[in-house]
Amino acid sequence: MNALSIKKLCKTYKNGFEALKGIDLEVADGDFFALLGPNGAGKSTAIGIISSLVTKSSGSVHIFDHDLDKETAKAKSCIGLVPQEINFNQFETVRNIVINQAGYYGIPGKQARSRADECLRQMDLWDKRNTVSRRLSGGMKRRVMIARALVHAPRLLILDEPTAGVDIEIRRSMWALMEEVNQQGTTIILTTHYLEEAESLCRNIAIIDQGKIIKNTDMRQLLSQIHLEHFVLNLATPLVTAPKINDYQFNLKEPNVLEVAVPKEKGLNQLFAELTGQGVKVLSLKNKTNRLEQLFLDLVQ
Amino acid sequence: MRTLVAFNTIVSKEIRRFMRIWPQTLLPPAITTSLYFLIFGRLIGDRIGTINGASYMEYIVPGVILMSVISHSYSNVVSSFYSTKFQRHIEELLVSPVPNMVVLFGYVCGGIARGILVGGVVCGISLLFTGITFTYPWIAVAVFFLTATLFALAGFINAVFADSFDAISIIPNFVLTPLSYLGGVFYSVSMLPDIWQQISRLNPILYMINAFRFGLIGVSDVNVEIALIVTLGFIVMLTLFSLFLLHKGIGIKN
Repeated sequence: MNALSIKKLCKTYKNGFEALKGIDLEVADGDFFALLGPNGAGKSTAIGIISSLVTKSSGSVHIFDHDLDKETAKAKSCIGLVPQEINFNQFETVRNIVINQAGYYGIPGKQARSRADECLRQMDLWDKRNTVSRRLSGGMKRRVMIARALVHAPRLLILDEPTAGVDIEIRRSMWALMEEVNQQGTTIILTTHYLEEAESLCRNIAIIDQGKIIKNTDMRQLLSQIHLEHFVLNLATPLVTAPKINDYQFNLKEPNVLEVAVPKEKGLNQLFAELTGQGVKVLSLKNKTNRLEQLFLDLVQ
Repeated sequence: MRTLVAFNTIVSKEIRRFMRIWPQTLLPPAITTSLYFLIFGRLIGDRIGTINGASYMEYIVPGVILMSVISHSYSNVVSSFYSTKFQRHIEELLVSPVPNMVVLFGYVCGGIARGILVGGVVCGISLLFTGITFTYPWIAVAVFFLTATLFALAGFINAVFADSFDAISIIPNFVLTPLSYLGGVFYSVSMLPDIWQQISRLNPILYMINAFRFGLIGVSDVNVEIALIVTLGFIVMLTLFSLFLLHKGIGIKN
């Protein structure tokens, strides 16, 4: 069974902007799925329609085989949404926000309080449970939204840029949490601008651009399409011109900084051997871009 | 069962909200109505004498109570639901499986609850100035609830269309307050010239205030049955219109 099945989904806004041009998308039950695309590509519109925040123009959406139009309550009960922007009551306490959300899903009081407490502990927010939400830091507010989305134990969790604007420590802890939630059987759809996040977490990926799905495949297969990897080398001695070695493309950015595109089949050992042969001593190296980022740029440009 | 839980959640959230900010929600009507009773009832009223056989103080009490119910049941829903839209936590409700009817009645019941509480406070204050009798208690209670329901619904519709905080204060300031004052709170429409009596009868609030006054002191300028039918008719119309707005997502969905 698919957690999500979208067919010929279209959305044209009142101003005539065509945000979605008939997209088809399937996400398998239990998957960790990345939905990527540049700003304005249609990701948030698609997520808005799936979560009933945006009215579609045409097409169909099924959540675990429940038609969103015909079995609305059943379909909605399966979804938990962590939106891009903070959207809870800024004057309410953290615990009440989560308890209220449980109530909207029909979870009775005692059970709602117990579930809310469990989620707040899981999100490391227990100490802040009685704090009015506007007094929380940005990272804590993000975690409140995740706790709120998880309180009714959704089968499909949609995370719309959940780590935007949070520091690296919190981001890493959120990644661990998302993996844990996914391992417990919850299907996750993630949109993010941090492509390393998608690469390390997601098994399948769709890239959307200008309202169309331009790539829909599994992550491993997508990454295997990369033929060149780009590295930045810090050199011990400055160079005047870039070295010339067959099969490698060099670009001398600064006298001590050399960029190199390495064909996948050649590898780094051969590169270092060639450079050593030419008297070039390398102090350190780093990836120029994340692998997925390079592919993403190639696809959407 | 799930629907009932969702309904209880919305209503209790609404009650907690206005109780949390009681200096804004309960204190002002207490002060304002005390001043009405003191100035209009005690100081000026003694010089006016009686209207339709009731002392002026007794005559204005029902109108002042109902005026508070009208303004507070309306303002509770309009401010709460607009704030829900403004802070975007309306999305909590939109993504969840709460039926539109439950969303509507949840907010409306929150408005009714505040109307009842404020009405109770004003009743309590009026007891400091005069005794309250219930000549026809069921009529008084029915009008009280129907009025609170009607204006809570009107507040909901205002909030749906509002796109700024200015837009939620226009109707209360420029429509509700004038209609309430001109609805016979402080006078009997029979005291007006014929033409103004006819114009006043187009004001729905006149019917509610007079029906409530009839329930309390047995005096009315209008037929009470017509008043109840008018109020019920408006409630049905506004309920259907509110459900239509929610179904279409007007003002709340993109």
